[in-house]
Amino acid sequence: MTNSIAEIDNAGTLFVIGANTTNAHPVIGQRMRRASQNGAKLIVANPKEIDLVRAADYFIQHRPGSDTVLLMGMCRYIIEEGLHDQEFIADHCENFEDFQESLDAYTPEFVEEITGVPWEQVAIVARTFATNKPSAIFYAMGITQHTHGTDNVMAVANLALITGQIGKPSTGVNPLRGQNNVQGACDMGGLPNVYPGYQNVTIPENKAKFEKIWGGELSAEIGLTHTEIFDAIYDGEITALYLVGENPLLTEANAKHVREALEKLDFFVVQDLFISETAQYADVILPAASFAEKNGTFTNTERRVQRVRAALSPQGESKPDWWITSQIAQKMGEPGFDFSQPSEIMEEIASLTPIYGGISYERIEEVGLQWPCRDADDPGTQYLHKGKFARPNGKGQFVPLEYKKSAEIADDEYPLILTTDRSLYHYHSATMTRRVAGLEELDSNEWLKLSPDDAAQFGIEDGEWVEVYSRRGKIKVRAQVTDICPTGVCSMTFHFHESPTNEITNPALDPVAKIPETKVTAVRVEKI
Amino acid sequence: MTKEYNLTIDGQKIIAQEGTSILDAALENDIFIPHLCHHPDLKPEGACRLCGVEIDGGRMVMSCLSTVGEGIDVKTDSSEIRQARTIAMELLIADHHMDCLACAAANDCALLDISAYLGIQPDRLERLRPSDKGLPIDESNPFFQFDPNKCVVCGICVRTCNEIVGLGALGFINRGFKTVIGTFGNKPFTESICESCGECVVRCPVGALAPKTPKFAAREVQTTCVYCGVGCGIYLGVAGDKIVNVRADRERPTNEGSLCVKGRYGFNFINHPDRLTKPLIKKDGEFVEAEWDEALELIASKFVQSKGDKFAALASAKCTNEENYLIQKFTRAVMETNTVDHCARL
Amino acid sequence: MNDLIAYQQEAASVWEELNSNDMPLITVGNATCGRSAGSIDVVEAIQAETAEIGIDCNVIEVGCIGLCYLEPIVSIQKQGQPMVVFGNVTLKQVKKLVADYLVNDQIPPKLVIGTIGEEKIGDVPKLFELPVLKPQVRRALKRCGFIDPTSLEHYLANSGYSGLTRAFDVGPERIVEEVKLAGLRGRGGAGFPAWRKWTFCREAESDQKYLICNADEGDPGAFMNRSLIEGDPHALIEGMIITGYALGASVGYIYCRAEYPLALERLRLAIQQAEENGLLGVNILGSSFDFKIKIKEGAGAFVCGEETALIQSIEGERGMPTPRPPFPAVSGLWGKPTIINNVESLACVGLIMQNGAEWFAEYGTEKSKGTKTIALVGKVVNSGLVEVPMGISLRELIFDIGGGVPDGKKFKAVQTGGPSGGCVPEELLDIPVDYDSLNEVGTIMGSGGVVVMDESTCMVDFARYFLDFAEKESCGKCVPCRLGTKQMLTILEDIVEGRGKPEDIDLLEELGEAVMAGSLCGLGQTAPNPVLTTLRYFRDEYEAHIYEGKCPAKQCKEFITYHILDSCIGCGLCLRNCSSNAIIGEPKKLHWIEQELCHKCGVCYEVCPPKFFSVEIRTGELKEEPA
Repeated sequence: MTNSIAEIDNAGTLFVIGANTTNAHPVIGQRMRRASQNGAKLIVANPKEIDLVRAADYFIQHRPGSDTVLLMGMCRYIIEEGLHDQEFIADHCENFEDFQESLDAYTPEFVEEITGVPWEQVAIVARTFATNKPSAIFYAMGITQHTHGTDNVMAVANLALITGQIGKPSTGVNPLRGQNNVQGACDMGGLPNVYPGYQNVTIPENKAKFEKIWGGELSAEIGLTHTEIFDAIYDGEITALYLVGENPLLTEANAKHVREALEKLDFFVVQDLFISETAQYADVILPAASFAEKNGTFTNTERRVQRVRAALSPQGESKPDWWITSQIAQKMGEPGFDFSQPSEIMEEIASLTPIYGGISYERIEEVGLQWPCRDADDPGTQYLHKGKFARPNGKGQFVPLEYKKSAEIADDEYPLILTTDRSLYHYHSATMTRRVAGLEELDSNEWLKLSPDDAAQFGIEDGEWVEVYSRRGKIKVRAQVTDICPTGVCSMTFHFHESPTNEITNPALDPVAKIPETKVTAVRVEKI
Repeated sequence: MTKEYNLTIDGQKIIAQEGTSILDAALENDIFIPHLCHHPDLKPEGACRLCGVEIDGGRMVMSCLSTVGEGIDVKTDSSEIRQARTIAMELLIADHHMDCLACAAANDCALLDISAYLGIQPDRLERLRPSDKGLPIDESNPFFQFDPNKCVVCGICVRTCNEIVGLGALGFINRGFKTVIGTFGNKPFTESICESCGECVVRCPVGALAPKTPKFAAREVQTTCVYCGVGCGIYLGVAGDKIVNVRADRERPTNEGSLCVKGRYGFNFINHPDRLTKPLIKKDGEFVEAEWDEALELIASKFVQSKGDKFAALASAKCTNEENYLIQKFTRAVMETNTVDHCARL
Repeated sequence: MNDLIAYQQEAASVWEELNSNDMPLITVGNATCGRSAGSIDVVEAIQAETAEIGIDCNVIEVGCIGLCYLEPIVSIQKQGQPMVVFGNVTLKQVKKLVADYLVNDQIPPKLVIGTIGEEKIGDVPKLFELPVLKPQVRRALKRCGFIDPTSLEHYLANSGYSGLTRAFDVGPERIVEEVKLAGLRGRGGAGFPAWRKWTFCREAESDQKYLICNADEGDPGAFMNRSLIEGDPHALIEGMIITGYALGASVGYIYCRAEYPLALERLRLAIQQAEENGLLGVNILGSSFDFKIKIKEGAGAFVCGEETALIQSIEGERGMPTPRPPFPAVSGLWGKPTIINNVESLACVGLIMQNGAEWFAEYGTEKSKGTKTIALVGKVVNSGLVEVPMGISLRELIFDIGGGVPDGKKFKAVQTGGPSGGCVPEELLDIPVDYDSLNEVGTIMGSGGVVVMDESTCMVDFARYFLDFAEKESCGKCVPCRLGTKQMLTILEDIVEGRGKPEDIDLLEELGEAVMAGSLCGLGQTAPNPVLTTLRYFRDEYEAHIYEGKCPAKQCKEFITYHILDSCIGCGLCLRNCSSNAIIGEPKKLHWIEQELCHKCGVCYEVCPPKFFSVEIRTGELKEEPA
């Protein structure tokens, strides 16, 4: 998030697109509803009528995969009506003319055709966003999990730029990060192209800096991404995999491919709390300590580095992951891994990661600190891009965008679009939440949510078992007939191993972000 | 800058900010005024009629509804005030299902506190006609229950769901004496739009909305919730070697005291019997328990042979920063490859 | 403005023509009270009958003139004759009435009530000289029963909207001043000076202010507002526009219960007529004042008469009172300054602007000016809607206007002010009907309901009845009202059912005072009135129940027994009607009641022919062995 969670309270307009906040980020969802009650205008754009719609002033039900068109349509209206922030654009942005030209394609007719949303609705939310300031945009995987996810994000950024709604309190481009420390894992360089703090591995100075501290020679080549790793394993190029606390068999698109890949590994190490579906394929499973049994830090979606503290000693002989990795390295005779506690690791992180430069356990004792926090005196950063953008010339860049179709669209054979979401009661592959009896009681199995029209067309009754087919396979699931789904769109979560949704989702990738298109899969539903 | 006022409560001089209710001002200065329907997070309701005070010797006003003013002289007790409070309390107790020992409020009960403060007399209670509502207890929710027979209809839960959660799952049902708190259509909680966040349960002043988990822990540890990127501040309640409850951290800017159902109630996986407690090595297709040394030696020996393009590591969005840092450091510095990623995109 | 004056003149001539042309004018009271007596059919029958015999006449439907016990009421004015008013004109009587009076000029003596006009016809009394009407001063109700409520012209011809034009002439400040000079106090219950409430609202700064007309009339047995709206809806509309103008409010709501379908219909039509004639909408009569009126139907909760609960209800929430302050005049509907006045108050505003403050204050007492509409019901001969000058005594109201207690029974008490009013015993009947005098004796003016009770009313049971109402209608929010009324109710039930304890009388008083002092809103604060006043004036009845096992009014089943006297001739009527087979006896021989079996339904008492009068109710006696 460019901005902070608490700033939601003071926003004039909250525009939530591609995010099911009350399910996936419930406490932010509560805050949004509260803000809406206190007078903020809440705009929800989502193919499904999610719970947050109840609190919304405006609900835009656009078709899956049409986000860019919707957002560009809004931009077009705002400029046509002269509601854009010309001073901000002139002072803080570049490439506006090219961008404006690219809007010519997004005529009202075209926007209506692609999104299925009447232009008047597009116009009213655009006007609200541009005039009832400060306005903030929130999005999640509904924006990113597309083959054109990067375009979607750029479209979001364009909207924020033309209205000048960035770099100020209660505005911003605010991706809501899904998992508890997904922000931190990225910050820490758990990515194939960057060292901690987003320092590119291909830049020689960066490489030299890390080589100096870490010792030895580092690779200058960008590594493989998550999905590419499984392709490389499948192709026999990668033979050893070290997997910590993940369950790709449930979470990766086209899970069948992942399973086939895992079977080919020479050596596979898994660290986890439980024997997950994925761990079944491991050669060695190492028992990891839970968050309640270790010290450390998580970085949340608003870039706040917060403390995690041990409340219990680890169960049995389980060990914290940091200890395990250190031990492996030490067994291999490598230096630089003899840490006795996580605070020492944080000291090393701070010394190598400018945006974490001022983070220390001492300073984050009570409420944490928001990066960038460059030195011991830096109070942290409540919102980004204040005054200038984090680009060499300090300007925000408009990106002209063309509409791209999703990789799969509905056809005669696969007439429905399957999109995925999350349940309030479960978390990711649910290895933890399904072991909480009460959560399991509240939500114990997968449902294929299906519109009444489609249910009628395919002769499916509420509650009955069906098979969902895609080009990659089929799964069994119970159908729930509900009008939260529009005709032509159905939806599942991916929490339940009994109905592993990602067996059938589309692994087609966004060319830049390498994110699979799990939000748009063409499927067919059949009675059993 | 908000104005500050000097005022006197029971002869004690205090300073309070403009707009503060007399009740809040008193409580902040450790002056107790009985109250049931007041909660500092919520708008005042004026329903329980217990917090009456006299201002400058005038007629009784509810201190939750009256704000501080310059130079006012507040009396929190007089025979009239005591009489009004006593009758209101007697009415509440006569209407209340009194099984204090078995009650989930576990002595953390405003009714008991106020009753003790006022010195409610059993013989006076005997004059009243006790009511036995005999209403069914809603135990549908796995994490908390609602016993309408213990409910004092203070409305704190209703306001919490409206004002804090922004959901409005609860409301008043029926009129008069039959007024109860309930979901839309008075259905069980699990058949309503309730999101089980438990914010109402936390604020219930009596044992009507009560958690099914133990209310008290032996000690608490301040930490950060493990579910989702919001990163709510929590306190894990520990008794022996188990986590027994979770409490929201009111000071943390991320959540300011709020939690969701997973954060508040989803901790039992920690002590779950399925937890791995020893390293496992697959031998002849079966996992066999091993000692750490054996497992680590095996891994080290295999990894040494897999450096470079043959190796990949998947870090975890669920692990700590320090752990992710070490995994990528291990991958880059030891395994000589940048092929490290995690499920950021999933 | 000029358009309106022209329209007023046109309307006046239409009205004049209607009243003076050679066609007979027939008016039929067709408000809810008339309709429940069958007036709709009567109208049709009159039209059919006159058509059949070929008499051209104008038949118009009018509102209620207040003599509800005489409905259906038909008045006929023939050219050059005073208007003759007939009562109890049921369907069967229509033919006779048309034949007798319209055709043959014979006044049917059984139907005629009186005449209206200067002239007299024979010995027919003048209507307004009748004892029931003579003490009345009809101002708010002046047009009710005389004009067609669906006709804007009729209203205009009877000084309608002249108050509004004057209001625009003098401006908002002068309106408030005039209302202050008139001494108008809220007619809805509390009697708060209208101008003072308005001033709070006028002084509050806001881009938007609201006026709400409380037409919810939740008191059981009250129908003053309903009758006023049904008979003269524009009087309310005019009052609202003037008040909205005085306040600077641009939107007015009428909160009216859905159980008043006719009133709602009349209001909708009146609003439409006003809109079509530039009396509502933008730039009303060129004054640059904009005002619109919306109707909000209530679901009939008594508590929604309370201002803050009413606002909640309009906002779509459950009608529950909210704490004050903030007062609605400062922060009300949607958080904006809001004035809530009831129907009669707003109609009075129109009267004041039409006729001036001095005229309004001609009647009334020093602190309670003007007239008051009252729904006079219960054990009284002439039940109906009346309008009296403030300060008239309760005795005049009940015995002169009301005609006293029927069936030769003795008067016992009168309750004023609706279900939360107290009751007043005979010895206090000379007190004047005004806000302060009624408060002094422990009751209230309320919105003007007056219920008369005779000797057969048990005052403990009376208190129980109204506590039951208050408890059921309590919104349940505050402790004293929710639980206090329930406690009191249970105790009262115990007393009337023979479980009363000596300490209960003190306990009732203690609880009553606590509920009064401690409740959040007016409903709770006044709910104990029926109990506290009966304890004050009829404590002996409570004591009789508790100490002596007697119900002096012989009403409470637990304390009464039925007995057959020696005068019984054994006709068997009671025996055949007894549903519990408790009556034993041979034909033509003295019957007796098996007390063990008797359910005390009272049928034997009812059916025993008056000439024998052989069944007696006794109280405080041991059950007798069969004779």
